[in-house]
Amino acid sequence: MTTSAEPYVLNIGPQHPSTHGVFRIRVVMDGERIQDLDMIVGYLHRSMEKLAEERTYTQNIPFTDRADYLAAMSGNLGLCLAAERLADVEVPERASYLRVIFAELQRIASHAMANGTLVSDAGAWQTPLLYMFREREKILDLFEMTCGARLTTNYMRIGGVAFEPPDEFWPALQELVDELPERISEYEELLTQNEIFVARTRGVGIITPEDAINGSLVGPALRGSGVPWDLRKAEPYCVYDRMDFDVPIGRTGDVYDRFMVRLAETRESVKILRQAIAGIPDGPHKTDIPLALRPEPGEVYGRVEGPRGELGFYLVSDGGPAPYRFHIRAPSLINLSLLREMARGAALSDAVVALGSIDIVVGEIDR
Amino acid sequence: MSDAPLQRSNDSAQRRPATPMAQQILDRGSLLDDAKAVPNGLKAAGAVLGLGFLAVNAAIAFIVIDGRLDGEWYDFRDLGNAIARLRAELDDTSAGPWLSYWVTGVIGAVGILSFLGGFLLIGSWIERRLLARFQIRMGPNRVGPFGLLQPLADALKLMQKEVLIPLGADRMLFYLPPILVFIPAMLAWGPVPWAPNMSYLDLNVGLLYVISITSLSVLAIWMAGWASNNHYALLGSMRTVAMMVSYEIPISLSLLVVVLLTGSLNLGDIVAWQADHNIWLGALLPFAMFTFFFSSTAEINRTPNDIAEAESEIVAGFHTEYSGMKAGLFLAVELGNALLVGALLATFFLGGYSMFGLEEWIPPYLILAAKATAGYFAFIWLRATLPRFRIDQLMSFAWKYLIPLSIANVLVVAIEASIAARWDVEGIFIYGSFAIVNLGITAFAVRSWAKVVGYTPDLERPVGTRIAPRIGGLKEAKRIQAGA
Repeated sequence: MTTSAEPYVLNIGPQHPSTHGVFRIRVVMDGERIQDLDMIVGYLHRSMEKLAEERTYTQNIPFTDRADYLAAMSGNLGLCLAAERLADVEVPERASYLRVIFAELQRIASHAMANGTLVSDAGAWQTPLLYMFREREKILDLFEMTCGARLTTNYMRIGGVAFEPPDEFWPALQELVDELPERISEYEELLTQNEIFVARTRGVGIITPEDAINGSLVGPALRGSGVPWDLRKAEPYCVYDRMDFDVPIGRTGDVYDRFMVRLAETRESVKILRQAIAGIPDGPHKTDIPLALRPEPGEVYGRVEGPRGELGFYLVSDGGPAPYRFHIRAPSLINLSLLREMARGAALSDAVVALGSIDIVVGEIDR
Repeated sequence: MSDAPLQRSNDSAQRRPATPMAQQILDRGSLLDDAKAVPNGLKAAGAVLGLGFLAVNAAIAFIVIDGRLDGEWYDFRDLGNAIARLRAELDDTSAGPWLSYWVTGVIGAVGILSFLGGFLLIGSWIERRLLARFQIRMGPNRVGPFGLLQPLADALKLMQKEVLIPLGADRMLFYLPPILVFIPAMLAWGPVPWAPNMSYLDLNVGLLYVISITSLSVLAIWMAGWASNNHYALLGSMRTVAMMVSYEIPISLSLLVVVLLTGSLNLGDIVAWQADHNIWLGALLPFAMFTFFFSSTAEINRTPNDIAEAESEIVAGFHTEYSGMKAGLFLAVELGNALLVGALLATFFLGGYSMFGLEEWIPPYLILAAKATAGYFAFIWLRATLPRFRIDQLMSFAWKYLIPLSIANVLVVAIEASIAARWDVEGIFIYGSFAIVNLGITAFAVRSWAKVVGYTPDLERPVGTRIAPRIGGLKEAKRIQAGA
């Protein structure tokens, strides 16, 4: 059916229930269909990269908490790995294991949030979100008992981690790991065969592998398109090379695949957690480094597989205590770039679901 | 940490909660604890009252059924009789018929409105509390006992709020809709029979009246969306209008089936037919009941068809720009409509006020209220469970699935009705066999028709992820795709 209606501009955000933060989309609509859209970012810009040039490497760790505030541990880890490579700092093995444990816990928490909000965007009135929050709460409790904070953890340090987890941490972790597979099955029962959910997500927001590579997509969005790329396997850091886990990939690259990839990755994370708990050695949890670390002049790009994909830190040192240049390669920002291709020609409802499926965190986009 | 830390999990029984917050949550206690904390005197008084109510009721029922007394004004199981008696007495006075007309009219109106008002007050508490239960939360529990006064607090807050009028809005059109949408929601309760003798408007075309009155609210919603001068509101009202116009048809067709079988447009007669035959039309006409229920969710904007107010897409739909008590009226109407659809569903398909003879013992209006509340509960359940359709899916569901199947359903039931009429057979056997036949036809037709109109196995059994055999880039992706 053709309509002669004039296109109109719909302004979604910066305050809108489904933009996941202060993010704005200017949509040119033809009835219910989207003709074109502009993404307008910058409402949460805090000038982190410039501020970082005035602070020492350790003082910069809290910034990474606030960049991707749903995956602070991964941000911490990325910066610490980059700085360690820049300054040649050795990391004790126990610290590496602790880092893996916390990074994987963070991945589970972040994927729970991502999938929950995606289903909320698809219209399920917050029920799956709150069920997924149940596990996320427990993980955040673990964080709280270890480092005192739930979201902005500031836990990793250059050369290790800040604190040894307290005694009650280990049984609680074991309990969580034991019950997680059951919980994940529960979500699968609730959602993966639900016909309304499948009808809303199957074939929506398709990204072909070519588009994904050309748009330099990362993380579950890339793997949802069927590209088997995971930094934990491709370029293992910490002790991931000792872990036995699989990389789930999608088949068609639609919203449903990205959802399922996240769900499957949660299972893989549980596997990694089990192995890390079993294999963690004794020893110190960090090496001592000078208060003001002064790396040799040079540059380094350190990257980790965060919950949203490749999270990179580009550090340039001029020999001083603060980085000369501090750049974050934010997966959310780069994944977002394909929203336009996904949403063009789709209905408004599909665009909302597609946006939910690439799981943006505005703190990371704007930095 | 040298002593294997994992062994500590054995003594988990005496372990304290991990964090102060978890401790607080434990200390807060549960609803059951709150119930236990009620003083014994109060519990005893409640028990005595409840038992007394039951005993008096049973005594009166016994007396009436025993035949010693006729059910009349003192029989509070049927308030309709009381009104009829009052009417007869007023007619006997010299004042003329207008007195009885107005007095009974006012009593009925006050009765319905106070029931509805009470429900609107308690309904939002029920809904929020139940949703919270579904979502492993607490729900409102701060204002009053169990949070019962929360709706009152909400209403007071809404009344205090300023009603903002957006720039460029049509003031007149903007003011009218909350009122216009409220009126049909109240009027539609008129012909609902609460007891054999107890309906406010005993219309012989009650069913047509209900269909036409409920479709009036589309005008108010369109006005609200248009007058708001807001694209979200306009989108929401466009969706509502498209949806209401489409779903009027399956609703009418599903009710036409009811009329075919019962032979009456009068809601009281429809219920009486079900009571006489000791069968619920829902068992006899499963497809019509499903159509009515599903289409009603579209009509009243409930999940899974709440696309007109899809929060994640168009904020609040047609009432995005309304604030204060005007928004409150829209919300109240939404709540009231959910109960109305529950009552209509009960009346048409679930035996209305009758309950296989139980209505002789329990006041029939309580039975209807219970059934309506059960319908309302079903809506809440759906809301807590299902995601939302997209507008085109919803439209094609109406036009491609529901309407053709409803027409086929009308044909089938017309044949059955003529069988029953021609051979003048009535009773549980013939209707029971109709019920079985209809259930079979429905199950068969729904599936096969779905396949005809394009229901793919991919929808039914979606395939999930696969495991990547090795890591790589685009070439590897192509290879995996080709290999599978």
